[in-house]
Amino acid sequence: QEKLDMSMYPVESIRNFSIIAHVDHGKSTLADRLLEITGTISKTDRNKQVLDKLQVERERGITVKAQSASLFYNHEGINYLLNLIDTPGHVDFSYEVSRSLSACQGVILVVDANEGIQAQTVANFYLAFEAQLSIIPVINKIDLKNADPERVEKQIEKLFDIPTDECIRISAKQGTNVEKVLEKVIEKIPPPQCNTADPLKALVFDSTFDHYRGVVANVALFGGEIAKGNKIVSAHTKKRYEVSEVGILTPNEQPTHKLYAGQVGYLIAGMKEVTEAQIGDTLFLYKQPVEPLPGFKSAKPMVFAGMYPVDQTEYNNLKSALERLTLNDSSVTVHRDSSLALGAGWRLGFLGLLHMEVFNQRLEQEYNMSVILTAPTVPYKAVLSSAKLIKEYGKDEITIINPAQFPDKFSVSEYLEPTVLGTIVTPHEYIGKIIALCQDRRAVQKDMLYIDENRVMLKYLFPLNEIVLDFYDALKSLSSGYASFDYEDAGYQAADLIKMDILLNGNPVEELSTIIHNDKAYATGKLLCERLKEAIPRQLFEIAIQAAIGKKIIARETLKAYRKNVVAKCYGGDITRRMKLLKRQAESKRLMRKIGNVEVPKDAFIRVLKRETDK
Amino acid sequence: LQWPYCRKRCSYCNFNTYVVPAVDEAAVRACLVREALTLLRLSQVHSVTSVFFGGGTPSLASPRTIAAVLEAVAGAAHLPASAEVTLEANPSSTDTSRLTGFRGAGVNRLSIGVQSLDDAELRLLGREHTAAEARKAVEAARGLFPGRTSIDLMFGLPGQSRDSWAQGLEAALGLCDDHVSLYQLTLERGTALAAQVRRGTLPLPPQDLLADMYQTARTALVAAGFRHYEVSNFARKGALSNHNLSYWRADQYIGVGPGAHGRFVPQGEGSCSREARVQTPEPVAWMQEVQRQGHGTRSWVVLSLLEQLEELLTLGLRTDEGVTHERWGHFSPQLSLQAVFGVPGEARALQEQGWLLLDSSGLRCTWAGLAVLDSLLPDLLCQLQR
Repeated sequence: QEKLDMSMYPVESIRNFSIIAHVDHGKSTLADRLLEITGTISKTDRNKQVLDKLQVERERGITVKAQSASLFYNHEGINYLLNLIDTPGHVDFSYEVSRSLSACQGVILVVDANEGIQAQTVANFYLAFEAQLSIIPVINKIDLKNADPERVEKQIEKLFDIPTDECIRISAKQGTNVEKVLEKVIEKIPPPQCNTADPLKALVFDSTFDHYRGVVANVALFGGEIAKGNKIVSAHTKKRYEVSEVGILTPNEQPTHKLYAGQVGYLIAGMKEVTEAQIGDTLFLYKQPVEPLPGFKSAKPMVFAGMYPVDQTEYNNLKSALERLTLNDSSVTVHRDSSLALGAGWRLGFLGLLHMEVFNQRLEQEYNMSVILTAPTVPYKAVLSSAKLIKEYGKDEITIINPAQFPDKFSVSEYLEPTVLGTIVTPHEYIGKIIALCQDRRAVQKDMLYIDENRVMLKYLFPLNEIVLDFYDALKSLSSGYASFDYEDAGYQAADLIKMDILLNGNPVEELSTIIHNDKAYATGKLLCERLKEAIPRQLFEIAIQAAIGKKIIARETLKAYRKNVVAKCYGGDITRRMKLLKRQAESKRLMRKIGNVEVPKDAFIRVLKRETDK
Repeated sequence: LQWPYCRKRCSYCNFNTYVVPAVDEAAVRACLVREALTLLRLSQVHSVTSVFFGGGTPSLASPRTIAAVLEAVAGAAHLPASAEVTLEANPSSTDTSRLTGFRGAGVNRLSIGVQSLDDAELRLLGREHTAAEARKAVEAARGLFPGRTSIDLMFGLPGQSRDSWAQGLEAALGLCDDHVSLYQLTLERGTALAAQVRRGTLPLPPQDLLADMYQTARTALVAAGFRHYEVSNFARKGALSNHNLSYWRADQYIGVGPGAHGRFVPQGEGSCSREARVQTPEPVAWMQEVQRQGHGTRSWVVLSLLEQLEELLTLGLRTDEGVTHERWGHFSPQLSLQAVFGVPGEARALQEQGWLLLDSSGLRCTWAGLAVLDSLLPDLLCQLQR
């Protein structure tokens, strides 16, 4: 197979850019069109979200993994190499976005001509702005009936300080004006500032796992060159590898002889796990270390959920499914965990709720596994004051993931909860309800400003715990879908946390203990008691279901005893049916957990702990 | 014997019964006779202790049909004069002349589906008759079958209050003979009544009220001299239903007719195992099968020893006598009742809590235990299985 010769593209002919936008504004469609125009893919009706390779991406219409594509385009006699780096379009993946952007010199900022600027438009803009990239504003979907490009141009000018005449109005779906975008990319975005004479400095901005070839790392070269046979080192892991293949993505892998500074492509170097090629890492030549590229950080989970197989017999299947799925997703953290009720399982850390949902969906679709997901929890912290515990943990600040680990208030000088800074963009008629919702979630307002005559941007500091379950849904529903939401990590704050236990006739149910903020204790306790009451069958004695903090009972439900439970008729025809039912009941008795004298069916815990699915 | 036809379907009924414009009685009669003969021969039963005509509405059949079946049974096995022959009847098809006809055909016991003595309640239940008609029917029956008439009563109707039930009980006690079958209304899926409750058109009776009504009724009936001999059945002066007792004692019984159930050993085929049998439920299909091969048995399954004991336990505990050591020993000579339930385990725990008794006669529920039997059975089945 002929390998491409990348030396034909000097640095001046290279443009590295990304497309950023709010969800559904047309990023991927524009990418499809650009691929078509440059002949990278043939023009057919079937080109839809070409760069989204995962089934879940295509179904949900979102990009989960960053892909890149090298496009070749001739403009005014010169052959240009245009490297398009597609980025994940969701707030959960903002770190990936920022790393992808660091490989670019400019971005195409796509804004829907009807929806206008949304929360992620803003968030992504700031990421690009802070990275000092050239920004080409593009107004998309002008073909639709409600398009109002003039209004959007004014928003862009007001919020981003970009003159209206710099905006390009396009329809990615129909292809209108898309060629102009390419021309603008060439004109306005500067070529990369780097030199092939320098020592190798490559940024890893994504990696995937291929069963036959190992880890395939997507790289952008900031200096030097790289070829098969080179010995390279990872700045983060310090491990050494030998390069076996380099190439570009069009968008499929195409091997080349070399890659040069300013270019974007992939390399394969005998890495076995994606954790060996983490996003943001720097690769350099052995014996020629360089200053690592700034901005690298280890994946930080924002949301945790317990994941258990529906039945313990499925444990091994789930274990291998998780291992394979995380091969390609180094940002999911996995800890073994076990619950008395649900058996052996894991506590997984995700970058956010969408990340968790996508992961779960991929488990179902690609590995045919259905699992029990328990309610998401967040990593609380405690600053220990007890000498004994400090010695045991080896430090004075610990992260609490499992309620069973919660240190009591006498051993702690301070509890901390993670917070996020959330940005909400909404039409002004919903402001009142949204402010009330945020206050209900213990959020503190940090900013509020009108971005145009109709819409307001609100910034609130939220405890992460308050938004992980259903904040987004609540926001959407009380704004009829018009409000948008984005958030970023904002560190930890002191919090009045307590551990709440659930008791059955005075005996604690360990599986249902939760860590919550004192303010929310009553409401949560009541909810858990109610749910548990619905999930336990009546027995021959009364059952008191209570929520307690320490010794204090804060909520209670009572499940009355059976006074009559016998089927009225049992003659010839009824007997077979009766026996079947009774034997099934006897079977499930075996699987019941006894807490004190109360028999609790296994699925009771699932019903109480499970995330409420979308209604 | 199953007579699977009714004139209309009551609002709570989910039985295997059919409402058809016309019944070819001669054909059905011939098939009932044929199947009865076939199965009697198959079981090699010598002596029939009881015959029960159920359904549907058996009183819609003619006395001629009843007579034909009984003659056939008497021809194939010994049917002593002392055998109990029961016919289920609807008040709307029980005038004196008809009942006399049934008596002449060989019926010696009548079970009347009264259900309620309140016209509004009867309408709610979708019954064909009025309270006055029901009264007349019971009186006519008592005249022809004195001491051998039973009435069915229902409680726990949507909207029924404690007081209205108390009144209904009193009225029934004034009218009844020496046997009462008392059923809590069960809302079965697919019935019109269940749909109404589900939709909210009718209220669902609260659990506590149902428990109270049952206790009130039990107490009242016992005070009136009745023996509470099964969960839903009461008799005085010894007027127990022998046929139903044979279900609860796990005796052998043969089911004839569409949807009928049986438990017997087909010795005629050389088997020594007790089988659970069901006849084809749909009348037309059943008749074709009977005409073709002499019987319309849809399924027959050999019951393992464990399954037989499970049935014996489940059914026996419904009676006040419970499961006797002798009866248990008939099925399980090796493993006694004591050996299974007398050792530390679920049964002992339930005894300590006052729901069960295990003594020299056998294993039975206490007065309180009988009302919550279905909460006790799963535990006992677990223990038996071990």
